[in-house]
Amino acid sequence: MSAQTPRPRLAVWKFASCDGCQLTLLDCEDELLGIAQELDIAYFLEATRAPIRGTYDLSLVEGSITTPHDAERIQDVRRRSRSLVTIGACATSGGVQALRNFADVKEYASIVYARPDYIHTLATSTPIADHVKVDFELRGCPIDKGRLIEVISAFLIGRKPVTPAHSVCLQCKLKGNVCVMVAHGTPCLGPVTHDGCGALCPSYDRGCYGCFGPMETPNAPSLSGWLARLGMDERDLQRVYRTFNANAEPFRTESQRHGK
Amino acid sequence: MGNRTIKVGALARVEGEGGLEIVVRDGEVKSAALNIFEPPRFFEALLRGRGFAEAPDITARICGICPVAYQMSAVHAMEAALGVEVTGPLADLRRLLYCGEWIESHMLHVHMLHAPDFLGYAGGVEMARDHGDIVRRGLAIKKLGNAIMTLIGGREIHPINVRVGGFYRTPRKRELATLVDGLERARDAAREVVRFVGGLDFPDCERDYIFVSLRHPGEYPFTRGRIVSSRGLDIDASQFQAHFEEFHVQRSTALHARMRHEGAPYLVGPLARYALNFESLSPLAREAAREAGLGPVCANPYKSIIVRSVETLYALDEALRLIARYEEPEHCAVAIEPRAGEGAAATEAPRGMLHHRYRLDADGSIAEAVITPPTSQNQGMIEDDLKSLVGRFLDLPEEELRHRCEQTVRNYDPCISCSTHFLRLDLDRG
Repeated sequence: MSAQTPRPRLAVWKFASCDGCQLTLLDCEDELLGIAQELDIAYFLEATRAPIRGTYDLSLVEGSITTPHDAERIQDVRRRSRSLVTIGACATSGGVQALRNFADVKEYASIVYARPDYIHTLATSTPIADHVKVDFELRGCPIDKGRLIEVISAFLIGRKPVTPAHSVCLQCKLKGNVCVMVAHGTPCLGPVTHDGCGALCPSYDRGCYGCFGPMETPNAPSLSGWLARLGMDERDLQRVYRTFNANAEPFRTESQRHGK
Repeated sequence: MGNRTIKVGALARVEGEGGLEIVVRDGEVKSAALNIFEPPRFFEALLRGRGFAEAPDITARICGICPVAYQMSAVHAMEAALGVEVTGPLADLRRLLYCGEWIESHMLHVHMLHAPDFLGYAGGVEMARDHGDIVRRGLAIKKLGNAIMTLIGGREIHPINVRVGGFYRTPRKRELATLVDGLERARDAAREVVRFVGGLDFPDCERDYIFVSLRHPGEYPFTRGRIVSSRGLDIDASQFQAHFEEFHVQRSTALHARMRHEGAPYLVGPLARYALNFESLSPLAREAAREAGLGPVCANPYKSIIVRSVETLYALDEALRLIARYEEPEHCAVAIEPRAGEGAAATEAPRGMLHHRYRLDADGSIAEAVITPPTSQNQGMIEDDLKSLVGRFLDLPEEELRHRCEQTVRNYDPCISCSTHFLRLDLDRG
């Protein structure tokens, strides 16, 4: 890119979240300074004091909508953004804080805070796409560094990102992992979970816990039958679908089929 | 100049959302407040009814910057509740994993978040345009921290390999050996970083802090030890609530903390650890600290950047020591039987002591969870620093003053995402 052409302006926005997905950008130790040569990192509060100004070519949005103020702020972010990409389980599904969607938020506030009346919050935690048009969703709790670079590169080139939507289960086969469920009887959400982690948990002799959320058209009821045969009771089955993507269909529906 | 309000709407280069408001009347700072508007996520509530084994993965999500700290405090508190102790190579691996997080988090803060304040840049990327070698060196060291976490934990953010009782899979000796060359180079580079930050220009100010950290004989604290203070406190983690209390103020979704008996705020984090554990640092780290002009106690909050760099050097040194003595354990975890009980543990997150307490039902479900993050403990001290330090900068032009206030907060490497259960600068001069 010649020095005369202005570089595309990047913004990174945070809503209710742990900061881990935006940290992923700062964790690109080898690529970060290169990215900064191609893109003008124009708004990224975690990394720079530069203020909000004008419009942005690419907005990365982390976090879910949990307060009336944030429900308004996301509209402003959308208006300022040519392309809006959501990053991580909070922004794409509501995150772990969406567990409130199955409970009474007033009770939650009274458990944590001495003065719940000081707290302004919505009854639900919802993904960004419930509020504004989203151009691309990058899954994961947290997102994968390689996929983040792919999304940014694809944006710079002007093509669609290549992020396969197959299951963790298929990734294990591609990787040559021994199946933890078949070989060890370890409960695993790999058959219904969107890959992106590179089948990390099974590679560490652990069952997948679904942090990238549901794959396209999963068969969760069938998997639940298998999990029950491995000894999971109704409460375990409800817990296993209610973690970091609890509000994502069909994890949401499947969790509601189980419990006491 | 006599009356004004300084406001920072949204603090930059901190983790999470917060602001500041400072009120000046007749040329004196009347009040300084951190406003934390990070949306609450109610972790202590959503943990109720979950299984004990789920705590490390769920609490990791409180903070993407220090997930290992959350996992470590969670597993140790659960093990206390369940009457299990993890020792030997498994305990060493936990310490090694924690070294990784300190290296990663400290180098991020030193180079990308804090150094730009001293050198006059908006951020680390902007600073890299003029000081590319310094930033690249910092990022290269940071990368080694991430490499440790990735090898042991599976990934650097929200590692997947930590469990109550140990790990899911323990590394082979030869896998850890692959880290050694990189760690040795990073250790040499970290020595240079300590020299570099030691040469920065610091405001001359010493504060009379109550330091609080863990202390364990013969080791710089990560995962174990008694809770001690510079005023003679020496307690077990299970006694934390008897000596420290959290309270709720209207401007904040984070809870503040203070010491019950003194009724006073206290300081956790690198300065506290360093002052209370100087003798436990490795000879190399102590020597580098002395060379950078530090004594065994550092009470200048702006010099926390030096202490973080010294701690990074130490963590690299310690990681190499732990790898050299590692023997593959026979089992990757100790067996756990659920039971009713109560357990507490504190570990040293990069930004300070993190305390967890859990009460479990007979089936191992969580009946109650109380989490006290380092930044909520430090909030009172941050406001105290602002009150006592900002006064001397009131003659500065507005923008410089605002910047100095922000820097004073960034001294703490505050993690606002964590503390919510945290910052806008509003300086009111009437």
